[in-house]
Amino acid sequence: MMESAFITVLIAMLGGAIRVSTPFMFVALGECLTEKSGRINLGLEGNLVLGAMVAYAISFHTGNPWIGVLAAGGSGLILGALHGYICKLPKVNDIAVGIAIMSFGTGVAFFFGKPYIQPSAPRLDAIHLGDWTGNPALAQALQVNPLFFVGIILAVAMSWAFANTRWGLIVRMTGDSAASAKAMGVSVDWVRFLATAAGGFLAGVGGAFLSLYYPGSWNQGLSSGQGLMAVALVIFARWDPIRCIWAALLFGAAGAIGPSLQSVGISQGYYFFNAAPYILTLFIMIASARSKGAAREVPGELSITK
Amino acid sequence: MSAEAAGPIPTTRTPNVRTLKLAESVFVPVFALVGSFLIFSLFLLVIGKSPVDFFTLVWTGGFGSSFSIQQSLQRSAPLILTALAFAIPARIGLTMIGAEGALVLGGFTAAAIAIPLVTSGAAAPVAWLIMAITSMAAGGLWIGLAGWLRHYRGVNETISSLLLSYIAIAIMNFFVEGALRDPASANKPSTMPIGDAYRIGSIPGTDVHWGFAAGVVLAIILYILMSRTTFGFAARMTGGNVRAAKAQGLPVGFLVVTCCAIAGCCAGLAGFFEVTVIHGQANASLVAGYGFTGILVAFLARHNPLMIVPVAIIFGAIAAAGGLVQRRMGMPDATVLVLQGIIFVVLLASDTLYGRIKFFQPEARGDRT
Repeated sequence: MMESAFITVLIAMLGGAIRVSTPFMFVALGECLTEKSGRINLGLEGNLVLGAMVAYAISFHTGNPWIGVLAAGGSGLILGALHGYICKLPKVNDIAVGIAIMSFGTGVAFFFGKPYIQPSAPRLDAIHLGDWTGNPALAQALQVNPLFFVGIILAVAMSWAFANTRWGLIVRMTGDSAASAKAMGVSVDWVRFLATAAGGFLAGVGGAFLSLYYPGSWNQGLSSGQGLMAVALVIFARWDPIRCIWAALLFGAAGAIGPSLQSVGISQGYYFFNAAPYILTLFIMIASARSKGAAREVPGELSITK
Repeated sequence: MSAEAAGPIPTTRTPNVRTLKLAESVFVPVFALVGSFLIFSLFLLVIGKSPVDFFTLVWTGGFGSSFSIQQSLQRSAPLILTALAFAIPARIGLTMIGAEGALVLGGFTAAAIAIPLVTSGAAAPVAWLIMAITSMAAGGLWIGLAGWLRHYRGVNETISSLLLSYIAIAIMNFFVEGALRDPASANKPSTMPIGDAYRIGSIPGTDVHWGFAAGVVLAIILYILMSRTTFGFAARMTGGNVRAAKAQGLPVGFLVVTCCAIAGCCAGLAGFFEVTVIHGQANASLVAGYGFTGILVAFLARHNPLMIVPVAIIFGAIAAAGGLVQRRMGMPDATVLVLQGIIFVVLLASDTLYGRIKFFQPEARGDRT
């Protein structure tokens, strides 16, 4: 009896981790790209919420959720570009601008999103990976949204591109030393602008997942701070796209533990686990703060690590 | 950070240069404010609403009657306190964004300590004092911890305070859904209500609650502390140049941790007032984003405690006008959030104008001292 309950929880957690982690994955990859170029964007929460609203609205009007996903990315791109442009100006504080963009993006999303709280829009379909197992719980847990795989492919591609392409090198160089980038004739501002805009696009797509798949509707309390936590995730992943995936899965599993325990009748006491990734990230920061080896992984230009 | 914004700085500047600097620090925000109103008017025109009607309503809803003024002051109270929680560490050079967590923790501990006080029937003023001290201690500990980690362990305070915020919210959820849950709160897990006898009322003769008074008093005290005392001077010097401060033998670690603890006390006190005035118990409503709006208020006030009060009142007024705009113009209540977001973005971007407008630069005008 104990064992079957344990397996139920484990399966529910697996499914939950896959579901909950996808938006984490996209915001983390977006933030990772931006931070690799030497800038921090604390405003991804705004991109996420706006992306969720735009995706839902466009999916409702066009009937095609994938157009919604693209539109969400587009809205994120615009917010990211706005952040990138403002941070380019001298004497402007990037952290404050990030929080202002968060408040602006959320405001715009709530303003235009009001009429879309009631109607039901076409959602994204899942890929049924577990039907062959014959176990309904497992089959349900293995219903995976295509965006999850898009995120993984993207992480691998980013990781490869950082190591092997000219563009990847330029982004890393801009992030590690603006002076050497300038010496190479690279426009630091322009690279950071593009990296911030592209990062914003990814965060917008993460928002589309929230409204079009899980939880799968648009309302004002949709996001639970995933966008803000992107910064912590990237630190947790030590600025590595592949490790961003693992970090997102871990954060997702920690978020999924509550609902999975509820499925076997435990309804309290799991809040400690929700906080576990944050506590873990804090300990990682404490441990790596004075370590030279850890310092090598950090983009040298990043304001938060100085 | 803008050390010039407040307090006398011992220089040999002539009054003329000072006047120019002052004029610049008035002109740039006003210019940006007008600019953001224009952008928002454009937005209203695009969606087919009248900007004139809108701004008239915001004025009426925010400052039009004594009722609306009181509403505005009411709503500015938590913003003043959380903005102070950002501004004080900012003066010592830290970007501390954890006021949200300190507010939640302060509110929660106040509600938690209230349980034995209420059951033992303690006198209300005694209970308030104990609750206020508890919430300030909890908040101070929380942000102070981030400051301690910063100075003694080299952990970036921006991220650690953000993480601590989430941990604080989880701590509240843990108790609110578990040991301290009021069985009557079915849909929204909360602590036991503190009861009407222990709610803090309004300042006599008004609808404004005491949180606003506390915010104003703290702003004045902290202004004096930061610009008129040795402590404040040492803190600002540390904010300007840590190495120089260390070389001078200033107790940098003590200064950093104390400033952060003061900040946490302000945010914790905001939580105390949220619980004793607004909610009457601790629950998820405490996580209302005041901590983040406070950061922006502090930036717009250029980390000057005295400036925080009017800036917070302006944003309190905009928030208070939301309901009126919704009723009279048929626009979503989020309209004021859009306006607020535009103001924040434009005003922060306008920081770049400092030193770039020729008119305000004494060097360019040829009357260098």
